Amino acid sequence: MHILAFAFALALAASVCLGQGAFAASAEHGKIAFMQHGCWQCHGTMGQGSIATSDGKRLAPNPLPWEAFAGFVRSTNRSMPPFSDKILSDGDLADIYAYLQSVPKPPDVSAIPLLRP
Amino acid sequence: MASEESQTKFNRRKFLAGVAIAGATGAAAPPAQAVTSALLPGATPRPSALRPSAIVAANETVAPPAMAKSEGVPASDFMVDVIKSLDIKYMPCNPADSFRGLHESLINYGGNKSPEFLTCTHEEAAVAMAHGYFKIAGKPLMVCVHGTVGLQHAAMAIYNAWCDRVPVIVVGGNDLDASKRAPGVPTFHSAQDISSLVRDFTKWDDQPVSLPHFAQSFVRAYKLAMTPPHEPVMIALDAALQESTTLDRAKLTIPRYVPTSPPQGDGSAVREAARLLANAERPVIVVDKCARTENGVKLLGELAEALQAPVIDQKGRMNFPNTHYLSQTARGRALLGQADVILGLELSDYWGTVNGWIDNGEDDGSGLQESHVKPSAKLISISSILLNTKANYQDFQRFQVIDVEMAADAEATLPALIEAVKQALPANQRAAVEARGAGLKKAWDETRDRTRQAASYAWDASPISTARMSMEVFAQIKDLDWSSVGGDRQFSAWPTRLWPMEKHYHHIGGPGGYGVGYGLPAAVGAALANRDAGRFSVNFQPDGDLMYSPGALWTAARHKIPLLTVMHNNRGYHQETMHLQRMSNRRNRVAFLGKDLGPLGTRIENPDIDFGKLANSMGVYAAGPISDPNELAPALKKAVQAVKAGEPALVDVVTQPR
Repeated sequence: MHILAFAFALALAASVCLGQGAFAASAEHGKIAFMQHGCWQCHGTMGQGSIATSDGKRLAPNPLPWEAFAGFVRSTNRSMPPFSDKILSDGDLADIYAYLQSVPKPPDVSAIPLLRP
Repeated sequence: MASEESQTKFNRRKFLAGVAIAGATGAAAPPAQAVTSALLPGATPRPSALRPSAIVAANETVAPPAMAKSEGVPASDFMVDVIKSLDIKYMPCNPADSFRGLHESLINYGGNKSPEFLTCTHEEAAVAMAHGYFKIAGKPLMVCVHGTVGLQHAAMAIYNAWCDRVPVIVVGGNDLDASKRAPGVPTFHSAQDISSLVRDFTKWDDQPVSLPHFAQSFVRAYKLAMTPPHEPVMIALDAALQESTTLDRAKLTIPRYVPTSPPQGDGSAVREAARLLANAERPVIVVDKCARTENGVKLLGELAEALQAPVIDQKGRMNFPNTHYLSQTARGRALLGQADVILGLELSDYWGTVNGWIDNGEDDGSGLQESHVKPSAKLISISSILLNTKANYQDFQRFQVIDVEMAADAEATLPALIEAVKQALPANQRAAVEARGAGLKKAWDETRDRTRQAASYAWDASPISTARMSMEVFAQIKDLDWSSVGGDRQFSAWPTRLWPMEKHYHHIGGPGGYGVGYGLPAAVGAALANRDAGRFSVNFQPDGDLMYSPGALWTAARHKIPLLTVMHNNRGYHQETMHLQRMSNRRNRVAFLGKDLGPLGTRIENPDIDFGKLANSMGVYAAGPISDPNELAPALKKAVQAVKAGEPALVDVVTQPR
């Protein structure tokens, strides 16, 4: 299974605090939903982004506040098409957010010899 | 059937007629079994095989009668003399009978030198090789193609060369005389006017009917192709003319090639442009295919420094060193929004430079359009493409109003513009100009830090991040005289953002027309030119693009063209993925994936292609597929050694999408 091949060790289900209440969200399922809904195609499997497909913007680590994130996904009119709740459920969206929250910070750039000036 | 006269005069027609009949009229044929068995001992006859006629059987099994000796010199020998006068070094080519006369002369009379025949497995690859070669060598190659079908194969690559302003001398074999040419296949492959297929995207074409005509046409074609704007040209070459003989060789002359000066901007327009730039508070220079040569890079530097103006490089060529503090490509949108004067040099799409378009279905589905510049901004353009615009294909892009527009070659106009700018700079503005430069130095440092930071994200990811792939490759080649011969816009442009690009051959831009199938053969062509210059060539190769013309790997192996190909193997046609996602979302439907990881039809998986095995099968050193970033360095090190030893090598890297 390709999805499994892409999956790597994730933290167990994370709790996502939503503006109007809280419910449990699964980072593990969020990773799968991130792949199934095509988010990774433009944003990369770790939400790292690309100047070719996301105008250089990153989703993770440290994603946007939930309200801004969910609002953008649901109603953007930019290059990324909006995802209505008919094609991306509230649960999947929360799980995706949990996954993005779980993405670890990269190593410090100064610790990567290949990126030293 | 051909007439008796033609049978006597052109023995080749008898042979071809037999071949053609074999393909076309097998139904009324005598037993095939004996012939098949004789040719293939042990072969099992297939009941459905068509039976060859007696003529075909004889042609296939009986020694042909001795060819009648012709008096005089083969006409195609003279054609070789003409071609050699232009010092065309190579001829990437897929063989075909419609130019067999010329082919024979090139390898036997011409000694297979200048041009040297490079065997290609597809005409599209042959033209793309010539395309890539020019962008390194600065000299055009000649490509022979079979009339009609070979030209149809070549057409997309010719269109790429047209959009990218690259000269290629295309020669299409054709058999004009309908009363004499062989029926069947050769006639399927003939046409009244083969060049009509590519006339919309070639600069000039001709169909010479005599040897003096050929000499004039070929030299003219070369001259036109090499006059900016550089473009492909087409010669349709009659097979009978090639295979005729001449008794008057001594009387035939070859016109001398004298290069044409490139068109320069009108003096008053140059002065007006200089006045606007010199008095601007925030001038911006945007370049696409500006630097045709290393001197173009130097001249652009002089202009930018005189103005202390930022340069936004659209990277159609290596125009400007990214190590220079005036290289501000990453800040392009912001700089254009603040600009009061914008100078565009050889832009492919001026409208797209100063406007944005969002494919969001708004405005009755035509998408959101928005200007990126102030209404008061003055626009200047120097572009030679105005001199060569045709109507049908829309490579001229949307119409943009320009305030000062010069139909001229930018590189040729730069010396006059630099001088005019220096004269026009007000003395009381020099301090402001210097201050502008200081601000840009600071911005350059900050941009470089941000880019390195961006590259660190997903550094250890699998599939491998494209930034990691790029920097692992650079670590292996940075001490060599390297040349990046593939595009990089499909994987976040990391090489042109992070590698120090300073020389004109450090990168060669993209395909021009974005026709897929350009990447690998163009890289092989560029690597050929780099081989002659003693440079190391590296190509980041998209997987989808490679599958259009994988045979270019064999050509590289066959002709010992050293090239490191690093697969950007994201297992998909990612350009199309988002289109399907966008359409699905717009219609409020879940994009159907099937068993894939992207909308059905946009993925190259199930099964995954093993590019290492593919390359290996064609005699190319290969490694991979590699998904673990820690395995990259040792694999690349070995591949670099293979390339340094003179061989092509391929490392298959399974990557992030972009």
